[in-house]
Amino acid sequence: MIYDVIIIGGGVTGCCIARTLSKYDLKICLLEKEAEIASGTTKANSGVIHAGYASPREYVKRHLCIKGNKLYTQAAEELNFPFERIGSFVVALEDNQIKQLEDDRKKGIEDGIPGLEVILDKNQIKQMEPNLTDEVVGVLHAPSAGLASPYELTFALAENAVMNGVKFFRNHEVVKIKHQDYTFTVRTYQGEFQGRNLINAAGLYAARISNMLGLDYFSIMPRKGEYILFDRNAIQLNKILFPIPTKVSKGILVCPTLHGNTFIGPNAQNITDREDISTTTAGLKEILEGGMKLVPNIPARSSIRNFAGLRAVPDTYDFIIDNTDVYGFINVAGILSPGLTATFAIAEKVIEFLELLGLELKVKEDYNPVRPKPERFKDFTKEELDKKIQEDPAWARIICRCETIPEKEIINAIHASVGANTIDGIKFRCRPGMGRCQGGFCRPRVIEILSRELNKPYEEITKRGEDTNVLVVKTKDLILKDVLRGASE
Amino acid sequence: MKKYEVDVAVIGGGSAGLAAAIIVKKAELNVLIIERDKELGGITLQCIHNGFGLHEFKEELTGPEYVQRFINQAKELNIPYKLDTMVFEFTPEKKIYAVNKKEGLIEIKAKAIILAMGCREKTRGAINIPGFRPAGIYTAGQAQRFVNIEGYLPGRTYVILGSGDIGMIMARRLTWEGCQVKAVVEIQPYVSGLLRNEVQCLEDYGIPLITSYTVTKIHGKDRVKGVTISKVDRNFDRVIGSDKFIECDTLLLSVGLIPENELTREAGAEISQMGGPVIDNNLETTIEGVFACGNVLQVHDLVDLVTAEAKRAGLNAIEYLKERYNQKIERKEQIKCIAGENVNYVKPDIINKSDLSKDLIFTFRVKRPDRRILIQFKDDKNRIVFKRKRRYVIPSEMIELKLNSSEQQIDPECKSLEVEVVPRPEVLIEED
Amino acid sequence: MSVKTNGNEQEFPEGYKDIRCIVCPTGCLVHVENLNGELIIEGHSCKRGEEYAKEEFIAPKRILTTTIRIENGFLPLIPVRSDKPIPKDKLEETLKEIAHKQIEAPIKMGDILIENVLGLDINIIASRDLIEKQ
Repeated sequence: MIYDVIIIGGGVTGCCIARTLSKYDLKICLLEKEAEIASGTTKANSGVIHAGYASPREYVKRHLCIKGNKLYTQAAEELNFPFERIGSFVVALEDNQIKQLEDDRKKGIEDGIPGLEVILDKNQIKQMEPNLTDEVVGVLHAPSAGLASPYELTFALAENAVMNGVKFFRNHEVVKIKHQDYTFTVRTYQGEFQGRNLINAAGLYAARISNMLGLDYFSIMPRKGEYILFDRNAIQLNKILFPIPTKVSKGILVCPTLHGNTFIGPNAQNITDREDISTTTAGLKEILEGGMKLVPNIPARSSIRNFAGLRAVPDTYDFIIDNTDVYGFINVAGILSPGLTATFAIAEKVIEFLELLGLELKVKEDYNPVRPKPERFKDFTKEELDKKIQEDPAWARIICRCETIPEKEIINAIHASVGANTIDGIKFRCRPGMGRCQGGFCRPRVIEILSRELNKPYEEITKRGEDTNVLVVKTKDLILKDVLRGASE
Repeated sequence: MKKYEVDVAVIGGGSAGLAAAIIVKKAELNVLIIERDKELGGITLQCIHNGFGLHEFKEELTGPEYVQRFINQAKELNIPYKLDTMVFEFTPEKKIYAVNKKEGLIEIKAKAIILAMGCREKTRGAINIPGFRPAGIYTAGQAQRFVNIEGYLPGRTYVILGSGDIGMIMARRLTWEGCQVKAVVEIQPYVSGLLRNEVQCLEDYGIPLITSYTVTKIHGKDRVKGVTISKVDRNFDRVIGSDKFIECDTLLLSVGLIPENELTREAGAEISQMGGPVIDNNLETTIEGVFACGNVLQVHDLVDLVTAEAKRAGLNAIEYLKERYNQKIERKEQIKCIAGENVNYVKPDIINKSDLSKDLIFTFRVKRPDRRILIQFKDDKNRIVFKRKRRYVIPSEMIELKLNSSEQQIDPECKSLEVEVVPRPEVLIEED
Repeated sequence: MSVKTNGNEQEFPEGYKDIRCIVCPTGCLVHVENLNGELIIEGHSCKRGEEYAKEEFIAPKRILTTTIRIENGFLPLIPVRSDKPIPKDKLEETLKEIAHKQIEAPIKMGDILIENVLGLDINIIASRDLIEKQ
């Protein structure tokens, strides 16, 4: 079997390309090295859909961001992932920062960003966001900015792609690529894949993939960002709050989430280890202090979790979206912020390249762009819930009490296309373990359901794939093993 | 939707809920226990060690034995209960919405509600330990459930953070199951659980207890490979150069418990700083006819005291139904209770002035251990209205004090009452 | 406090031990020493402490609480305890003995699951009721 297109990388970029391409009559597959999709940079993305005024005009990312932002409206309708345009503030704390806000506004309006306004009336500002510091002197308000759940978006993209014929292969790490006779042979530990066109959306490993084809014209450095997540009810923000940006980053933001929590972060640390998602004492202190400049009453005690994510930072600091010298090989690398915002625009650009490469793009007659909204206990009225439970009693067994998640949602997450097969996979799809108890109550029950639905013993259930088993042996087995060893000595 | 009407609904069928329901049933009222797990008994069932029942039964029992006695009694009294049933909402009008697999959505209209949902454990996020997020990090209670109930060991070699009783008891439990516990690490300069557990769970097995240290880094990307522990100074800041690496495949966190009050909060009851609902001297929350007892109200160290509190909640609910239900009696003036010197919190939060003729029971915890102290109650005019000596106080022990109506002199005109734990003035001359 | 006990009626172990008393949270450090057949106990501040330290020196014992594997039960394990304290040096052997056992549900609290374990005249009893798998 020779695929028309092979995509390497199951993050939001790879999945978005897969889904966008699935409209056409093509044979497509996607290879992901981890046990679950959305496991890399996508997972710990802050989920902000930027308005697009922040990057300089000479960067392609500015233009893809502005375009991508607009594409979210239709995408959210089709794919039913959580998305809301709540608007953002860039917060000036000193008078001399106002000029920059004005400058960003002017250029933004020229480039087609809707609704940008600089607000200097403190009363108006505080009315829009009462939690903002009293030190504020002005804000740049971007009403088109919003929030999306990056992993829920990715799951939606993958599900819709599968509906339209794309094949997903997880636990398939690419180790070697051969290019001969206009055909790519991609080797993984689990077997070989052949395709005419190859798209590199490997995130932090994009340079490594590119190198496999002898292309070493860019490098990707991981840059770590740490976050602290706060409990619901701790504080309720209306707007996404940015400080005045620095050269390396947009700074520590204070941001609500679509699930009613609040987070602060990220900071920016250049590191070398591509797997280092550890958090540090100094880093957590830095973001807490940073966040408190914007929102002084951040409820430090209500923190429920801290985590770190990595951005794939290219040496050019801009997106690398290239139709390369290797015919049929397209790099989609260095997709750092605002990559999530730009994702639909990036996918369109990739399709333009494929068209240039001569791929025939014929829209399938049975293409269905709609991925139905996953059914959620919380969205039902009491009457609907009653009916649902009559249909399937699994709606009535609550597994996660913090987020009110019934067994049925977990079963659905496991049996969805590209469904969950790990504890983290379930957590990111339907939230058990995301709440304030962080899995204390639900984890044994989630293990039980995974074990039953996947027909695997408890000992083989993992947190997020190979070597992350959560339970090692049955109670008594260590003593019995000891007794046996003692007897043989 | 199935609908029920009861006099008293008890949310939670653990030690607290069972004791409360039994009292209510004995008064021949119509009671219903709603339990989210597949059997009655709650967390006490997984506490298989002994040390329970010395107050309540004057004998030493294991957790399951203790709670089995209440389960048996509830069954003898034919108290109705629903298992595998999760309450997801209750309203100030005391309508409870719950679901279970057998009946689907259920509405229970109660005249009074007793909250007995227990508590949850603090997690890594709550204490912000830096490092990776590998598999192999559990709260002590979660590990206890796996080992004792589900029948699986979460790891082979352990470091336990926190020297609370659960942490130390798990150290022994795991040792007895053939695991190796490398150390119990405690950020405070003193052990936070009972001395008995320090001796019988740690010293007996040569498990090091490392005080004034905390876990500052978790190693391992997939599975835990070890932890770095560091000395901390008086402000809990890390002492540079004191880092030590300990190899282990599992980290257990025993870093504290928080009352579980999401339902209570969503119903609109006021929640106090420590996480429990604000209550008056009748254990009644700020929603009329809704009472709280056990760990949902405050974290107890002894299940016997949970039982005692639950019985009081049951009696107060009975009294409410007999004397105040549907009478629209305005709550009279109240006295606010304040945690003073070396007191972390105090329950009740408020005293009804109309109840000043009753015996009052106060429960609280201290912030720091101390010896030969005086517990005193001071009103807003700085008058001492009650005092009692005590040989020692420790933060891990909840102190229960009963003020008989005859021995306190609370002025009905006062607005607040402050509880403080202070050194005894005579301590320099008098030894005891 | 300091007391001496004549060892006429019983043999005491050799040497000495410093024992942390757990009778109350005061936690006295009690020194117990066999001085030529005579038992010296020092450092305690009450009679209960003296008795505790003496027993810890002569024959320390512990109640054992663990679990036994269950066949066909509502749960895979049943919590159990020893009905009397077990000599400390026999705990490990008892745990091994218990680990080999597998018992069938249903079980009632107090049922003797292992009689006279290791010939110690101690029984291992069930800590709760356990019904059969449903």
